[in-house]
Amino acid sequence: MKVLVCISNVPDTTSKITFSNGDTEFNTTGIQFIVNPYDEIALSKAIELSEGGKGTITVINVGEASTEPTIRKALATGADKAVRVNAHPRDAWFVANQIANYAKHEDFDLILLGRESIDYNGTQVAGLVGELLNIPSVSIAKKISIEDNKATIEREIEGGKEIISVPLPIAIGTAEGVAEPRIPNMRGIMSARTKPLEVIDAIEVPQLAKVIKYETPAPRGAVTLIDAAEAEKLVDLLHTKARVI
Amino acid sequence: MSVLVFVENISGNFKKSAYEVVSYAKTIAKSVNKELVAISIGDVSEENLLNLGKYGANKILTVNADNLKSFVNQAYASIIAQAAKQEDAKIIVLSNSFSGKGLAPRIAAKLEAGLADGVVELPKIDGESFEVKKTAFSGKAFAITALRSDIKVLALNANSFEIREDAVEAAIVNFEGSPSQEDFGAVVKDIVRATDKISLPEAEIVVSGGRGLKGPENWGIIEDLAKALGAATACSKPVSDAGWRPHAEHVGQTGIAVSPNLYIAIGISGAIQHLAGVSSSKVIVVINKDPEAPFFKVADYGIIGDAFDIVPKLTAAINAHKDS
Ligand SMILES: Cc1cc2nc3c(=O)[nH]c(=O)nc-3n(C[C@H](O)[C@H](O)[C@H](O)COP(=O)(O)OP(=O)(O)OC[C@H]3O[C@@H](n4cnc5c(N)ncnc54)[C@H](O)[C@@H]3O)c2cc1C
Repeated sequence: MKVLVCISNVPDTTSKITFSNGDTEFNTTGIQFIVNPYDEIALSKAIELSEGGKGTITVINVGEASTEPTIRKALATGADKAVRVNAHPRDAWFVANQIANYAKHEDFDLILLGRESIDYNGTQVAGLVGELLNIPSVSIAKKISIEDNKATIEREIEGGKEIISVPLPIAIGTAEGVAEPRIPNMRGIMSARTKPLEVIDAIEVPQLAKVIKYETPAPRGAVTLIDAAEAEKLVDLLHTKARVI
Repeated sequence: MSVLVFVENISGNFKKSAYEVVSYAKTIAKSVNKELVAISIGDVSEENLLNLGKYGANKILTVNADNLKSFVNQAYASIIAQAAKQEDAKIIVLSNSFSGKGLAPRIAAKLEAGLADGVVELPKIDGESFEVKKTAFSGKAFAITALRSDIKVLALNANSFEIREDAVEAAIVNFEGSPSQEDFGAVVKDIVRATDKISLPEAEIVVSGGRGLKGPENWGIIEDLAKALGAATACSKPVSDAGWRPHAEHVGQTGIAVSPNLYIAIGISGAIQHLAGVSSSKVIVVINKDPEAPFFKVADYGIIGDAFDIVPKLTAAINAHKDS
């Protein structure tokens, strides 16, 4: 099985998010970048499916040279080779087109992505890649098993789940539950240095969406504390003051 | 020209979010002086379809066939894109639900349309300029996004736009979308839905428990409070990681993002990753025995104390309030 895993380079989950240049740019000063947590799940699933020589894993990242530590981390975790599309990943449509353009000639059986990146939270790329390659896509998968060229996928739906059967090839956005994230071991870290990391040029894509300004949520007022012995007072406040019950 | 809105149904019934997207799309349609066309796929009664007129749908396209009874991503996207072309829709609105998230990018790619997901406000439309506000950085910020394509797709977050009645005479029209054979590659084998449970992403009230609950055997107090409030239940990540609760209940940066009217956090510390997914809740109540718990910094109301004492008392007080 030939698996492509898409890796996004995102700010660490503990990052305090600030903006610069009149709130038009994300401020990367002091920010640590990591493999997007959902992509770690995708990669771990790919490793699980390929174990014992059953498959090969290519990771792809659309990003400038500064993302290479993130790509090396994916190689150290267990991918066989990596591709970096040398460009600033300006929006989901751009990224999806680069991935689809690369995948077009490679006959991957499976394209795994994280359900969303924790920076722009689009949940777009899996569906866009599926459509661009004219293959099925599942945007939020909670469980995946593969047999006889078919994927059985548990998908989250409102108030429950749905089990679907989909022929390969397919693009799947993975969520928590699909696999336990793995961490690189020393052998992985050593071997990652010698694994191939190919750099390719981006194709031109029209820009359909552009972030023009960022805002941060309005700060909340101070907390109103209620004595533990008077829990019923909370009910009263929620009813009369906050008007939410 | 028109504005097109896709309305999702569950077993033939429209959910609250369907009326939210219709109200939202109607407000846009009026601001640009266009008709609102709604499209519904699957087996929905005429009475339910006509109901959309109450919220402003001028025309309701209905598509039904045996193979469209359950949600098939590719086929649905194909039909909606065809409807958009027929109706010359320049703005397409759907709900940013689990299904909507699968559908929106496929529609956008078919139409080469710019897509804004996680939308929380009406767009600002000024001549050629089209800007809309969406959540970013897992709720730690918002991104004002300009869509520059001829056709625009907007996926609206649940609970971010109020339902508005705006009754019009609605016409129901059968629409013959023609998805291709290969659009039906995915086959739905089974659907498991807990009918008595309130859907977490759409819930108006969420009662959430963390590691402070000590174990799955103690979840009864969370469920009782949720039941009294008509709320959905949720949990922090370590709770679902430990298997105390299903992953579908995990909220936060790497879980479900929620924005209910009321979020009650019980025995949850308020780590930055947890806050990321819940901080857009309108009112936050925190119950924690540690007065230094970071969650108190973002809470509107707080009780410092032991959850095992407080929660049952609170449930009793809610039930008494309901009876009064
Ligand atoms: C990459 C990454 C992603 C993450 N994503 C998420 C996410 O999406 N969602 C998420 O929730 N977390 C996430 N986390 C984990 C997060 O950092 C915290 O570890 C987690 O939120 C803590 O959960 P908790 O508050 O339930 O547990 P704890 O931190 O153990 O806190 C338990 C709280 O319960 C209180 N308590 C204990 N006993 C009682 C009692 N009897 N009565 C009242 N209060 C009591 C304690 O005072 C404490 O504040 C993520 C972490 C990482 C590294």
